[in-house]
Amino acid sequence: MSVLAVVEHDRGSITSASLGVLTAARSLAKQMNTKFEALTIGSNADALSELIAKYGASTVHQAHHSALTDFGPEAWGESVAQVVRKVSPTLVIGTGTERGHEVIAQTAARLNLPASMNCLEFDKGFTGAEPLKVVRARWGGSLLEEAEIDSPIKLVTLANHVVEPTEEPTSASVSVIDVQLDESVTQSFVQDRVERVAGVTLATSPVVVSGGRGVGSAEAFAPLEELAGLLNGVVGCSRAVTNNGWRNHTDQVGQTGTRIAPDVYIACGISGAIQHWVGAMASKNILAINTDAQANIVTKAGYAVIGDLHAVVPAISAEIRRRQNK
Amino acid sequence: MNILVCVKRVPAPGARINITADGQQVDTAFLGFTVSPHEECAVEQAVQLIEKHGGDVTVLTLGPAEAEEQLRTAVSTGATKAVLVPIDTTDWDPQKTSEALAKVIAELETANGKYDLILFGNESADSCGYQVGIRVALKLGRPIVNGAKGLEIESGVATVRRESDAGVEIYKLKTPACVGVKEGINLPRYPTMKGRLASKKVAITQSAATGETGGLKLITLQRPAERASNTKILGTGPEAASAVVDLLEELGVFK
Ligand SMILES: Cc1cc2nc3c(=O)[nH]c(=O)nc-3n(C[C@H](O)[C@H](O)[C@H](O)COP(=O)(O)OP(=O)(O)OC[C@H]3O[C@@H](n4cnc5c(N)ncnc54)[C@H](O)[C@@H]3O)c2cc1C
Ligand SMILES: Nc1ncnc2c1ncn2[C@@H]1O[C@H](COP(=O)(O)O)[C@@H](O)[C@H]1O
Repeated sequence: MSVLAVVEHDRGSITSASLGVLTAARSLAKQMNTKFEALTIGSNADALSELIAKYGASTVHQAHHSALTDFGPEAWGESVAQVVRKVSPTLVIGTGTERGHEVIAQTAARLNLPASMNCLEFDKGFTGAEPLKVVRARWGGSLLEEAEIDSPIKLVTLANHVVEPTEEPTSASVSVIDVQLDESVTQSFVQDRVERVAGVTLATSPVVVSGGRGVGSAEAFAPLEELAGLLNGVVGCSRAVTNNGWRNHTDQVGQTGTRIAPDVYIACGISGAIQHWVGAMASKNILAINTDAQANIVTKAGYAVIGDLHAVVPAISAEIRRRQNK
Repeated sequence: MNILVCVKRVPAPGARINITADGQQVDTAFLGFTVSPHEECAVEQAVQLIEKHGGDVTVLTLGPAEAEEQLRTAVSTGATKAVLVPIDTTDWDPQKTSEALAKVIAELETANGKYDLILFGNESADSCGYQVGIRVALKLGRPIVNGAKGLEIESGVATVRRESDAGVEIYKLKTPACVGVKEGINLPRYPTMKGRLASKKVAITQSAATGETGGLKLITLQRPAERASNTKILGTGPEAASAVVDLLEELGVFK
């Protein structure tokens, strides 16, 4: 019996989501009165064992194979499955990220076990023997589901940003596990990669000025661009906008777009449908600009201006300029 | 080229999602239905691929009889064939769903030959399980990559482009292969007149659903705690600009 944390890393660099997973795995192992173990995939992640020990793992399993030099969803899933067969954990926790979901789903498919993604809570009384009750996010976070996982080995991913990482150092032992991978799983490796240029993105910008259907056209985003520029922010949008081809999907905020958490979110001509709201609700402050005082975004936002965005947005920019020139 | 796209009928809620009194379902009394945006894009990508290479796009769904509506919508935007796997609830658990889908796909392939590509959404809009496509692919013994933001096919190799925190990644899969598609890969078209006519005429093939219940069981659905907000109205029209800039100064985003 043990709790096994599957560490997500990118070519040997641990991802921040993994730190939450290590922390959650440690506290679940304590609650279940069992061992907390971790798994890294590929020898390029061997050096992470020291860091993982800081989070309290008693053993770090290092899955090795000459093919494991980069991310490959099938090879990673197969590696996890083989390690799970070998060490028989009670609970396996992966990261609630695109890669994490994919690896746990691959593992689950290979072991023919259920898997519950994006878990926010685990039953505080869980001892390991009984079915595990969890609360997981559905509808991109608009709804929660209380679910039960009934299987000898429980596979889950931890919703991102839910558990604050905390350290609790131990001295971990290392176990190298040589996994067997054949060509059925080694095809789907990253073949090539174009590195992202560093810069402010929608996900990280402290200010986001978003436009919705109310903006009316691609050209009419110019005043929003201007306001975003004055505030050192970026422009976002709703799905109505990307659907109309006014802006690229990279700008979309929401369930199937980007989740943002800026200091200030300015939503112009957006009604605040639940799928948009889940992407914006982590914003520290929300200012809605809308002609409809009853719009969902207006009633949910901290601040609102009732009016035509085509008049209000340029007026705000003009006022900023006026104060800058003083 | 033959492409199969798996889509799931889901409610399309607006400002909030209501739950039925027994906590088992979304209350759909006043809602329309759709498929996940990822799946809409998967259909569009498949249609673009057959426009280039020729062939058929079959859409497949496991769901209530009403899911016929989503199949017909897909045909109105360019899919050519439709298969419904009827069940008497809204959905099945991911293990049971994938078992049933894999069986039906195997039957379809015995009758019509292998699909070069089987497309899924990255995740379904309602259950967000991130797994049905992966389970089906494994049962069929085909490679799968999720998160596709680009998909081309050339000489039996599917090239998948995917975005990660680090950058843009390229995967190459030998066909027959499976791919999980993400919204943003393309801009789905609106139904054309010709498409609308085709969607009325298309024969919906039915296939029986069979599968073992899996180990993930829903107990209840709940709404997350709502953040109470007392909206402060800063003003009406452009006259509010000064109050807005006062606020931005106060919040420290403009100095
Ligand atoms: C499964 C699923 C996933 C989805 N994912 C996303 C997602 O990731 N992101 C997303 O945004 N949506 C998503 N949607 C779509 C979502 O349901 C809404 O359809 C969409 O967010 C509506 O965009 P909107 O607010 O711009 O348009 P509308 O709902 O049409 O609202 C327009 C608003 O603009 C206001 N307005 C109009 N003219 C003016 C003016 N001149 N000045 C000021 N205000 C004006 C109106 O009062 C109204 O409030 C998803 C839907 C589904 C089913
Ligand atoms: N009932 C279903 N019928 C057809 N395809 C489905 C069904 N459920 C899920 N899928 C496919 O599997 C993908 C992933 O679903 P999920 O595992 O629920 O997130 C979806 O985007 C669909 O393409």
